Amino acid sequence: MSQTATAVTPGTYTRDAIHSSVTFSVRHFGAGKFRGAFDDFDASLTASEAGSLELTGVVKVDSVQVKEPRLAGHLASPDFFDAERFPEMTFKSTSFNVADDNTLEVDGDLTLKGVTKNVHATGELTSVADDGHGNARVGVELSTTIDRTEYGVSFDGKLPGGEAIAANEVTLNVELELVKPLA
Amino acid sequence: MGVRILGISGSLRADSHNSRLLAAAARLLGADVEYVRFEGLKALPPFDEDDEEDPGQAVGQLRGEIAAADGLLFATPEYNSSIPGQLKNAVDWASRPFEGTVIRNKNAAVIGASTSMFGAVWAQAELRKVLSAAGARVIGRELAVSYAEEQFDADGRLVEPELQAVLEEIVGELVEQARMSAASRAGDRS
Repeated sequence: MSQTATAVTPGTYTRDAIHSSVTFSVRHFGAGKFRGAFDDFDASLTASEAGSLELTGVVKVDSVQVKEPRLAGHLASPDFFDAERFPEMTFKSTSFNVADDNTLEVDGDLTLKGVTKNVHATGELTSVADDGHGNARVGVELSTTIDRTEYGVSFDGKLPGGEAIAANEVTLNVELELVKPLA
Repeated sequence: MGVRILGISGSLRADSHNSRLLAAAARLLGADVEYVRFEGLKALPPFDEDDEEDPGQAVGQLRGEIAAADGLLFATPEYNSSIPGQLKNAVDWASRPFEGTVIRNKNAAVIGASTSMFGAVWAQAELRKVLSAAGARVIGRELAVSYAEEQFDADGRLVEPELQAVLEEIVGELVEQARMSAASRAGDRS
């Protein structure tokens, strides 16, 4: 919570499911990038009268979507997210700063697999005061890179040559379109 | 909460050290733990994806016993630095079809014995890897019983107090995890 963006009017903005996504990417086989997404998530942005902003989010980890369906099952298993015991990944901002050019510097507590760590994310804020359909809309794009092993996502499969199948560094991207009905 | 542990010995030999080790582990289970030893390993046919829809009684028994268990305790010998083929075959059957595999989220622990000085450590690591890939919740511990023919007394108990202590810890951890899963499932039903 801190600096306000002048275009964000006070109130609570909830995510527009169609126009929001939570994705991740990780270096694969030491070469390309592997990408996945979570289908089931929620997010809200609260703008106080004083002008501060707070972002919260929750992701159902067993909604992970990848191009290989068998891998999705493995990702939900204890080797990765352990969705049975830790069904949710959550985020709650501890500071949300908007620069004059609308770039974002956000700190917050990310909880994954029962482990909470403060992360720093950067991105961009966009907004429209009236979408012509009775809503104010705010766009929040944020990206951060975490070390998955710090959260106990410790799969360490190796190629025959010893290279990691999946890197420890994972980039999380959220692209949210958040909506608040106009009074 | 009472739980059920399924013991699986990777050795088919009648006088197997690993079957003896499994029996030694089973003695450590409390009165409220039901222990079942899987006896159908030899009867499993080779895995064939063409047979997945109708794999036969032996595979059905394997899947049924794994599904009914809250924890799996494997004792594996080491063949050529890895696990016995028939044990791998059993895990492969249990892991399929992938969408509804009975082994996903199943608590599992691995122990092992060999007549060499290494106590099947590589086989245990291999089996933990295979079980993890299949989706099990695998305890990251091992018990390496080396020179196995010297390690059991006439009653089949481990003679080395250090090995016995590690076995107690691993069995205790498996039962604790099994209780957590059983409690979680009971909560889901209430």
